[in-house]
Amino acid sequence: MSDINLKIKDREGVIHQVVAPTDMAMNIMEICKAYELPVEGTCGGMAMCASCQCYILSKTDLPEKNEDEEAMLSEAFFVQDNSRLGCQIAITEQLEGLEIELAPEY
Amino acid sequence: MIKTDILIIGAGPTGLFTVFEAGLLKLKCHLIDALAQPGGQCSEIYPKKPIYDIPGFPEILAGDLTKNLLEQGKQFEPGFTLGERAETIDKLEDGSFIVTTNKGTKHHAPIVAIAGGLGSFEPRKPMIDNIDTYEDNGVAYIIKDPEVYRNKRVVIAGGGDSALDWSIFLADIASEVTLIHRRNEFRGALDSVEKVRELKLLNKVNLITPAEVTALHGKDKLEAITVTIDGQEQVLETDHFIPLFGLSPKLGPIANWGLDIEKNAIKVDTLDYQTNIPGVFAIGDVNTYQGKLKLILCGFHEATLMCQSAYKIINPGKRYVLKYTTVSGIDGFDGSRKEAPKAVVQSIN
Repeated sequence: MSDINLKIKDREGVIHQVVAPTDMAMNIMEICKAYELPVEGTCGGMAMCASCQCYILSKTDLPEKNEDEEAMLSEAFFVQDNSRLGCQIAITEQLEGLEIELAPEY
Repeated sequence: MIKTDILIIGAGPTGLFTVFEAGLLKLKCHLIDALAQPGGQCSEIYPKKPIYDIPGFPEILAGDLTKNLLEQGKQFEPGFTLGERAETIDKLEDGSFIVTTNKGTKHHAPIVAIAGGLGSFEPRKPMIDNIDTYEDNGVAYIIKDPEVYRNKRVVIAGGGDSALDWSIFLADIASEVTLIHRRNEFRGALDSVEKVRELKLLNKVNLITPAEVTALHGKDKLEAITVTIDGQEQVLETDHFIPLFGLSPKLGPIANWGLDIEKNAIKVDTLDYQTNIPGVFAIGDVNTYQGKLKLILCGFHEATLMCQSAYKIINPGKRYVLKYTTVSGIDGFDGSRKEAPKAVVQSIN
């Protein structure tokens, strides 16, 4: 298992290049927190708050949204076609090169 | 005026366990919480979800943890001010505090323990331009008195349990109930979804999905809304609009109490979790210090240490030493006593 590289654009437009381990069962929300990026993760990763909403900027293949994520995004604000909940995307080698942008806080 | 020894702001697991630890030191607690029921996030966000890292409980539902904590502290007779948000704090000359809620309820205590988690839960407001102008004038985010809606036309928006439950409840009270949701699927208890489906067939609930309320109209009060369905706008006359999009935590007024705050959390001294204001402590998820972990079990530890310090402030110079409940038992403020059964000594002849 190797580390992967991600690019995360924060709400000020600054791009952070981060290295994420693939063997610690982490997700995008947790990686943001681990790098002290301004992601609250209020519900702890249960797809129940949308505070980790992000926009997918790259053409990376991602796992499909599950029911919980779909439902939460349907109630969230600032939702775009490329919106995802960071907490529902597990860090895997497939995600190498992924680029995301943090959605506005609400 | 409510008087107590330790005024706890936030009735989540950390606040509830403080009641027990304070009680062992014969200190009485009163809790304030913005939510209508104790438990904080455990009862509001995930009551049916299991927690696996409470020591001694391989698995416990968050709702059951709340129930157990209430049971564990009940002989210490905590008081509760629920459904009110702690708004202001005033320090008196003797060093004690008056904390006033948004509804004007005043609490007096020598010690204040902020166990506010991520903050008080406030309704998430939809982003409709002029919504503020209709608040309390046709728009409400929380239903306080259902009678207000008797024989009125009501539009509810949202796709969770509260939107479903209130649609069902108001179907018998309001003259017209319309439920609007962005998707065809609802995230709620199965029987609630079934019930709404039934009410729709009976024409008692008008269901509009997938759709969104995008504008509000009315001169002095709300008179109509614009619903956007598949890009098509439609105006619907109504007396009330109730968006139920869940709650999100906000640190709120505590942020203006003169406390040292770093990234939405209150800085504390790890000696006893006291803040920069002597007599005001911050415990659980609301505080921050080097190495902080936002875990319920860490909140329990912080509450325990904090109570020892509170005892010393309330009883200056009065000696005390830590006791073990197994040895000393527990004397409740309600006159109850719990203790380990005495060993039976019998001789063998």
